[in-house]
Amino acid sequence: MKRRKLDLAEAPATLAKGVDERFQAATPLRALLNKVFPDHWSFLLGEIALFSFIILLLTGVFLTLFFDPSMKEVIYSGAYPALRGTEMSTAYESSLRLSFEVRGGLFMRQMHHWAALLFVASIVVHMARVFFTGAFRKPREANWAIGVTLFLLGFLAGFTGYSLPDDGLSGTGLRIASAIMLSIPVVGTWLSASVFGGEFPGHLIIGRFYILHVLLIPGGLLALITIHLGLVFKQKHTQWPGPMRTNHNVVGERMFPRYAMKQGGFFMAVFGVVALMAGLFQINPIWLFGPYLASEVSSASQPDWYVMFMDGLVRLMPNWQIYIPIGHGYSIPPLFWPAVVGLGALTTVPMFYPFIEARRLKDKQIHNLLQRPRDNPERVGIGAMAFSFFVIATLSGGNDVIADKFHISLNAMTWAGRIGLLTVPPLAYYLAVRMCLGLQQHDREVLAHGVETGIIRRLPSGQFIEVHQPLGPVDDHGHPIPIEYGGWVVPKKMNRVGALAPAVKGFFFPVEKPSEAPVSPGMPPVTAAPKHEELTSGR
Amino acid sequence: MTAVQHDSAGSGTQPVDVSDPRLSRFEIVKEGARRDEIEIVTYEPQFPPNSKAERRIVRSISLLFLISGAAALAFLGFYIWWPWKFELGNTLSDYYTPVLGVSLGISLLALGYAILAWAKKLLPHEVSIQQRHDGASKTDEQLITGQTMLFVADELGVQRRPLLKGAVGFGLGTLGLVAAAPLIGGLIENPHKGPEQMMDHTGFDPVPNGNQPVRLTREDGTPIRPEDVSVGGQMTVFPGIPGGATNEYADSPTLLIHLRADDADKARVASDADKVNSGAMWGAYVAYSKICTHAGCPASLYEQQTNRLLCPCHQSQFNILDNAQPIFGPATRRLPMLHIEVDPEGFFVAKSDYKDKIGPDFWERP
Repeated sequence: MKRRKLDLAEAPATLAKGVDERFQAATPLRALLNKVFPDHWSFLLGEIALFSFIILLLTGVFLTLFFDPSMKEVIYSGAYPALRGTEMSTAYESSLRLSFEVRGGLFMRQMHHWAALLFVASIVVHMARVFFTGAFRKPREANWAIGVTLFLLGFLAGFTGYSLPDDGLSGTGLRIASAIMLSIPVVGTWLSASVFGGEFPGHLIIGRFYILHVLLIPGGLLALITIHLGLVFKQKHTQWPGPMRTNHNVVGERMFPRYAMKQGGFFMAVFGVVALMAGLFQINPIWLFGPYLASEVSSASQPDWYVMFMDGLVRLMPNWQIYIPIGHGYSIPPLFWPAVVGLGALTTVPMFYPFIEARRLKDKQIHNLLQRPRDNPERVGIGAMAFSFFVIATLSGGNDVIADKFHISLNAMTWAGRIGLLTVPPLAYYLAVRMCLGLQQHDREVLAHGVETGIIRRLPSGQFIEVHQPLGPVDDHGHPIPIEYGGWVVPKKMNRVGALAPAVKGFFFPVEKPSEAPVSPGMPPVTAAPKHEELTSGR
Repeated sequence: MTAVQHDSAGSGTQPVDVSDPRLSRFEIVKEGARRDEIEIVTYEPQFPPNSKAERRIVRSISLLFLISGAAALAFLGFYIWWPWKFELGNTLSDYYTPVLGVSLGISLLALGYAILAWAKKLLPHEVSIQQRHDGASKTDEQLITGQTMLFVADELGVQRRPLLKGAVGFGLGTLGLVAAAPLIGGLIENPHKGPEQMMDHTGFDPVPNGNQPVRLTREDGTPIRPEDVSVGGQMTVFPGIPGGATNEYADSPTLLIHLRADDADKARVASDADKVNSGAMWGAYVAYSKICTHAGCPASLYEQQTNRLLCPCHQSQFNILDNAQPIFGPATRRLPMLHIEVDPEGFFVAKSDYKDKIGPDFWERP
């Protein structure tokens, strides 16, 4: 029998057949290649979080190769002269070694830190996008709750990571963490003693935080991110309303090749930005802080940005201690309220927001179309309230630096924060709701009367009127027939409907294209051509 | 896979026979899309094939890839040959991290933009519509699954067999406790027992020191004479015992302040009027715990002119002329005062341990 020659051209097909015989991959693979994704820039915010997480895993693994999470005291004799001869923990010593004596180690450490800051930042912005557009509504409540949990885990990952180098700042952070645990009624002292293995700081905490930081928390993050993305995949992405778009379809492009390529390119761009930041912007220069000593702290000791709101709340809390005169006497320190109750409420209450809103609106519908923020003023108001609260708390977390740089009294800053924390959020609520209502009204006006042309006509009676360009058909009297609001951008300028000559844009040569209203690719918002004679005739 | 059944009116296209050799590849792709309930509404190349515009974009994309490769090469070169070992002063090694960051950043950004430009400029624009299927499953499916689960539960018969129910609950529940026991049991520490009773004692306790009063020392362990602290000056002092200045005694750091004469009189009047602090000062010297009663940071910013101590973490402020009472910020409790005197050799010692508890407040502390 003659041996068949290997046919190279047929090889991929043979291989594919072999795979399909074993795994029946053809149908699901095609469905994956074909899956349609809607596209909008705001859908990419969550991607930044995902990409930063991947960068965190990659750089984090590198760091573990050199970091030694031990609190054994050693005398430093490394490359950084200013600290030679100082007694310090092995954790701090190995972090210094990683920064100074490992080729590219400092770059990796800074990349890890910047990626962590970006991770939490993009989670926050992504959550804001999801919140303000109502993407959390049924059927996506579970994914919203998972997202909130991811923020909390990111917060904990950040705090444990911040503590690991055991430098002056991390030790101060740990001391405050211990005080927060102590403040919990009944179990506080037990909890702190159990976590630290005795009196603060003990010899165990860095090792315990290390396993949390490199295994348990990232494991939880990885598992939840997988579920998060799996649910997005299963439930399909939400989309903005627009032409052709309904609650029952997805309008966009198929995942392969264009969509997937854009994702890949975006990942590389995010990675590139993190690399640039890591190279150019110093972050957490631990060698300047020195080893942790219970007796030392510098002014302007600030945590990473996403912990600052909590630090701010702790600073603003008045010194109200609750004494309970039973038996020996007990007390609840003021630290308990912002740090334990506050953080607990701020991370758990939002989880239930989808259910609260659905209950208030008696809304049991499935929503796959996003809402423009203005179409739900109350939600925007609540969001504005939360946002202004967060901003004031975060600024108060650095109020000593603000006081110092702007020569303001520190106590005045504290009082401004206290008063602002209570008065600004309601004001923000009111303003946001009014703004939404105003925008809604303007949308309706344009739909009913048409776009303002800026052309003033004088009638024979002497009256002046402004000519409006109707967006749709007109009735027998030439009045526009009101158009139903479609939940999407209403063109409000004449050049949005292609009527005016394009403005000269571009530095070297004019871009000779009228600007388009932001709609789905290929579909203008209004198909009716503008009627120029309306503007000129004196009928 | 039930996808074929939902040939909804919206998708419009008819099924085709994919074995037909006259079909183009795109028609087969469209048939696949139809089976996934996708209608490809538009699929437009952005320019005619081999047009000038296309060639220009291909050139730009290639250039971006080349830049990416060149920058990656630069990264490798810098990584290997740039002097990276830390040296003091303004040396080339200071720029090691920046050159790595810039070269890697340029490489990755160029790669990212190359891929993005490829996708956005070269590939055809498309609009596709895919049908969603959300909401509940069909009612008969719901019914069947529900009944199956109930059937399984019936077969197990836990409801019918109460003995089994109790036994299973007991068996599994107790085993669950076993799983939790080592974790809780291993971690738990009683804060009120143990050798040093962590909440109550600092390094200034004379009992472990053989009932000798503990000296106040500097960080390097040298004792302090009154004349070592100038008027209006302050010094952080530690218990003069082995390891007294280390984190083993994280509650012990103390601030020794030499007050001006008139301030000292005010401070003495205030402290002598207090039951606990009476007699704690020595001359014009006063010693307060440095550990803030709010969150445990060192309350170390001493403002000489106003006689205030400020904690830099949360800005609690304490008036050192009035038993270190908190006067602003979140702290509720005054800083404990250390009773000091000078021993026969002329060095500062603590008369006794702190009489108040050190550091942040907690539940059991009335």
